[in-house]
Amino acid sequence: MSSSMLFNVTTFSYMVSMIIFFAFLATKNKVIGLTASSAAYFGFVIQTIAIILRWKESYAMGHGHAPLSNLYESVVFFSWTIILIYALIEIKYKYRIIGAFVVPFAFMGMAGAQLFINSGIEPLVPALQSNWLLYHVITCFLGYAAFAVACGISIMYLIKARQEEAAGNAPAGGIIASFPPCKVLDDLNYRAIMIGFPLLTLGIVTGAAWASYAWGTYWSWDPKETWSLIVWFIYAAFLHARITRGWVGKRAAILSVFGFAATIFCYLGVNLLLSGLHSYGGG
Amino acid sequence: MTTNKRGFLQGLWDFFCSLKLSISLLILLAVTSIIGTVIPQMPNVPPEYLRSLSSNKVFLYKNLGFFDMYHSWWFILLLYLLTVNLVACSIKRLPRVWKIVSEPSLVMDSGLEKSLSLTHEFKTPGDVTAIRDKMTAFRKAEFASPVVTEVAGEYHLFAQKTPYCRLGVYVVHFSIIVIFIGAILGSKLGYKAFANIVEGTSISTVYNPRGEKPIDLGFAVKCEKFSVTFYDTGAPKEFKSILTILENGQPVPGYVNIPIVVNSPLTYHGITFYQSSYGPAGEGAVFHFTVRDKKAGTKSDLTVRQGETAQLPGGGNLRVLEAVPEVKMYMPQLSGAAARIEITPAGGAPQQVTLFQNYPQFDEQRGGDQVITYGGADEKFYTGLQVAKDPGVWVVWLGCTLMVLGICLAFFFSHKRIWLRVTPGRVVAGGSASKNPAGFQILFDDLVGKLKKQQ
Repeated sequence: MSSSMLFNVTTFSYMVSMIIFFAFLATKNKVIGLTASSAAYFGFVIQTIAIILRWKESYAMGHGHAPLSNLYESVVFFSWTIILIYALIEIKYKYRIIGAFVVPFAFMGMAGAQLFINSGIEPLVPALQSNWLLYHVITCFLGYAAFAVACGISIMYLIKARQEEAAGNAPAGGIIASFPPCKVLDDLNYRAIMIGFPLLTLGIVTGAAWASYAWGTYWSWDPKETWSLIVWFIYAAFLHARITRGWVGKRAAILSVFGFAATIFCYLGVNLLLSGLHSYGGG
Repeated sequence: MTTNKRGFLQGLWDFFCSLKLSISLLILLAVTSIIGTVIPQMPNVPPEYLRSLSSNKVFLYKNLGFFDMYHSWWFILLLYLLTVNLVACSIKRLPRVWKIVSEPSLVMDSGLEKSLSLTHEFKTPGDVTAIRDKMTAFRKAEFASPVVTEVAGEYHLFAQKTPYCRLGVYVVHFSIIVIFIGAILGSKLGYKAFANIVEGTSISTVYNPRGEKPIDLGFAVKCEKFSVTFYDTGAPKEFKSILTILENGQPVPGYVNIPIVVNSPLTYHGITFYQSSYGPAGEGAVFHFTVRDKKAGTKSDLTVRQGETAQLPGGGNLRVLEAVPEVKMYMPQLSGAAARIEITPAGGAPQQVTLFQNYPQFDEQRGGDQVITYGGADEKFYTGLQVAKDPGVWVVWLGCTLMVLGICLAFFFSHKRIWLRVTPGRVVAGGSASKNPAGFQILFDDLVGKLKKQQ
């Protein structure tokens, strides 16, 4: 049994989960909802095993490093963290339906990684040979994942708010009726960002500490660093928007969506479109 | 002071205290920061990039500071505005919050009771003091130890949890200022520089990449040796310099032959040396060859300097065109050092051959009387070191630690307060929390339920 086989199972599980989630949206049937999140959790367990296996495989090949060192491994880990954060929020706040807007992110990540990215296990180049790699990558991606979940919730909020505006105060019908109330979505969005923001801050701080240790400068306005700060600024603005009249609700949700777009650019766009110190993440 | 002037100052103060200013500044910082990630920044602006721009664009970019955006006056101004904004916001709000933390309302009067979202009243028989003692003991066990105040025959019990979490926000604001102070300290008192040291030599001055005058270290750094190793894939595995620190030309004990690699620098007297790059010293390598004469059965060693032509035994000559220490990057199926040479036999036309140190029989394919094998090169490298002195870095780490702690305090803790008013036959409970009202309601209802059962 190899890790790549298990990653295939993971991708398939997330796809199945996504489709069942869409069915859940349409039917509001509780059993279907339970099946949808069970499929996601099954995929999560398989993915966890696969990541551990890949780690072992790396040792067997003589490289011996955590599977967090190149684009393929980071996208896989990103998918894993998205489901993890979703699970935390689902278990704590019992709104299963948000999975319909979150699991697709994890599925797209896994499918994209398997279709387009070279999955080879490579040895670590000198710049990455440090324990900081583990702390830095884990905190950053957990933060990114929380923002992905917040983005999914914000999209739900914007859809729901728009329909409620259009329909006056009449209760929304159809698929949207199964969404949690706007107030709850607004609150869940905030809670997801409350998880993501400290983790992003830790990710930036560990990155700065590592840069200081390896290069002698904790901050050099490298595109990756700058974009992580841009993301931080956006979510800082979001947190202040939450306590400001006129910025609650719709504008906060839009900021959350922009924040995640900036996050994705920070993660992928910088490596693919701009040049800088983080070039090893792009191969 | 005229009312007009006071009105203006008040307006200015209100402007700097406003959260809308914070949000606008944060979004403005986010948007403008993009410029510097798209336009190359000093000192790494490639000349070909400048040539690709129209002269008007170059003029515009230069005047707006786009080539050194993060140090431009307007970006620094934005950062200063943000600082003033968060200081003003903190000055305005902190005293009120501090009062809640340091001087809690111990007594729940009817005004406070009305302002609370959670209240509950229940009847209970018995003596007031007995109830008071029971309640006190219970709350000590279940929530937090209460403060008991007697007002006109009524007993007020007040207990709270994690009041200090209300200060988390201000810790974060303060930490940003600490980080700025650390950054300013570093830029005023420290420097970032680089040094290229050829193997076997030492340097005592370093250069700032912005082309200012050389910086005297006050001691010397010698590069004993530099080496680079590769994986089977051809990717680099390790860049290593062996350094020795010299004071007045003498090695400093404890700082002799210290290996440094990427992610493992060397610090001496507050100055840190980081492995950053390497390259050929440019002094010319020395290449070693062995020439075997098939007919005579003789073998002779031949040493050739880079760029020079050496005479071959028995006429003809040889020169080295190109050599690499590891050929794997170019020819993945082979390994080891390789040299491309040009051999000109006596009276013949020059011919080019590639020789591999690990495959000595390779030249036999060429035919002819002589077989030449490559024995590798002695080439001096220079090691490229980043040199940094940053006395502000600890202030920055202190700021970062404060920031993370402050964020955790602000996000993950809630200031929970519960009041009880005990009057004969009647108890009124009231509660409030700074965060997560739904979660607090569950806790409050649970506590009240247990209190009732106590009777």
